[in-house]
Amino acid sequence: MAARTRALEMILVDKGLVDPAAIDALIETYETRVGPRNGARVVAMAWTDPAFADWLRRDATAAIASLGHTGRQGEHMQAVFNEDRVHNLVVCTLCSCYPWSVLGLPPVWYKSPPYRARVVIDPRGVLAEFGVALPSTTRVRVWDSTAELRYLVIPERPAGTSGWDADRLAAIVTRDSMIGTGFPVVPG
Amino acid sequence: MGFGPIAPDPDEPLFHAEWERRTLGLVVASGCLGRWTIDESRFARENRHPLDYYGSSYYEIWIKGLEVLLLKHGLVSPQELVAGRPDDVLPAATGGPNVETVLRIVGRGSPYDRPLAALGRFAVGDSVRTNNLNPVGHTRLPRYVRGKVGMIVAGHGGFVFADENTHGRSSTAQHLYTVCFNSTELWGPDGDPNSTVSVDAWESYLEPA
Repeated sequence: MAARTRALEMILVDKGLVDPAAIDALIETYETRVGPRNGARVVAMAWTDPAFADWLRRDATAAIASLGHTGRQGEHMQAVFNEDRVHNLVVCTLCSCYPWSVLGLPPVWYKSPPYRARVVIDPRGVLAEFGVALPSTTRVRVWDSTAELRYLVIPERPAGTSGWDADRLAAIVTRDSMIGTGFPVVPG
Repeated sequence: MGFGPIAPDPDEPLFHAEWERRTLGLVVASGCLGRWTIDESRFARENRHPLDYYGSSYYEIWIKGLEVLLLKHGLVSPQELVAGRPDDVLPAATGGPNVETVLRIVGRGSPYDRPLAALGRFAVGDSVRTNNLNPVGHTRLPRYVRGKVGMIVAGHGGFVFADENTHGRSSTAQHLYTVCFNSTELWGPDGDPNSTVSVDAWESYLEPA
């Protein structure tokens, strides 16, 4: 694939269809600027500002854009809130749709046939493989991203974090906790 | 099933090889040519033999899909792909977008909502059955929810209709809904009694139930 990709890049650049500087800039964008730290800021804000959390519920696209996170694969955002006895889990069974603007590029497992096929039929079994065990009384809501809406899970704020500011809270918000396959991790 | 464990890698790098990095940039930059729609690019990736689809990694599928799109739109020739270098058979390109334009397009995104004058056919709380659609072309109604009864939990207004957008008809919009199904409706007695699955479905996928 390395040779095939290199050849294709050369053809497109030589024909003037693709600006090589654009390729470099896009790589840099997703390596350094657009990633799960963006989503963590959104979650921390939702935890510390009830008005923002309310805005997220009503119009996640606008609320998230107010923090500067916009763009490709984040045009139409939906925030789904974990609650007592409700756990949200996001998938794209058809391909690999993922909220790039807040989580960056998806991990391999999210794009893999095992996750895409199994999470809708056996969500608790899938969660167990991530070390997430939920009581049977907790309802699991799986969101299959079949159109252009992109889902961000807002995990519950962990106990023992009262008084923390947004920066300190954002640091404990993991990528997986915003997909639903994990929880925030409070340093022990 | 039989796909095996999910095996998440906690130390996964963003890219596993240099060619994957280049592929991300190449595919996204090529999309900014504006010659194909997002659904057309999905169809180009997915409309292949299952052995090819499942046997290819994510970025392999991206490259294969890009080759399909470039051939279809006459931007590269089969000879060029075989030779791995440009020839003079095709007229010179008029020029793709430069780096500033690409970053502006990607940073702004491409909204797919299209306000519709007509009210939607369904409202939140309505019971609906998905149609048993099996088109030859592209669709975004997953097979596992076809012919199933669910409930409308959100209405989102008009959105570009993926099945038509695949053919470049980006002006065709329909009301889009989030439809929630109980797992037992989808999977029978093997379904988890306390879980639900939601999909986002265009109006023509649905009938009153």
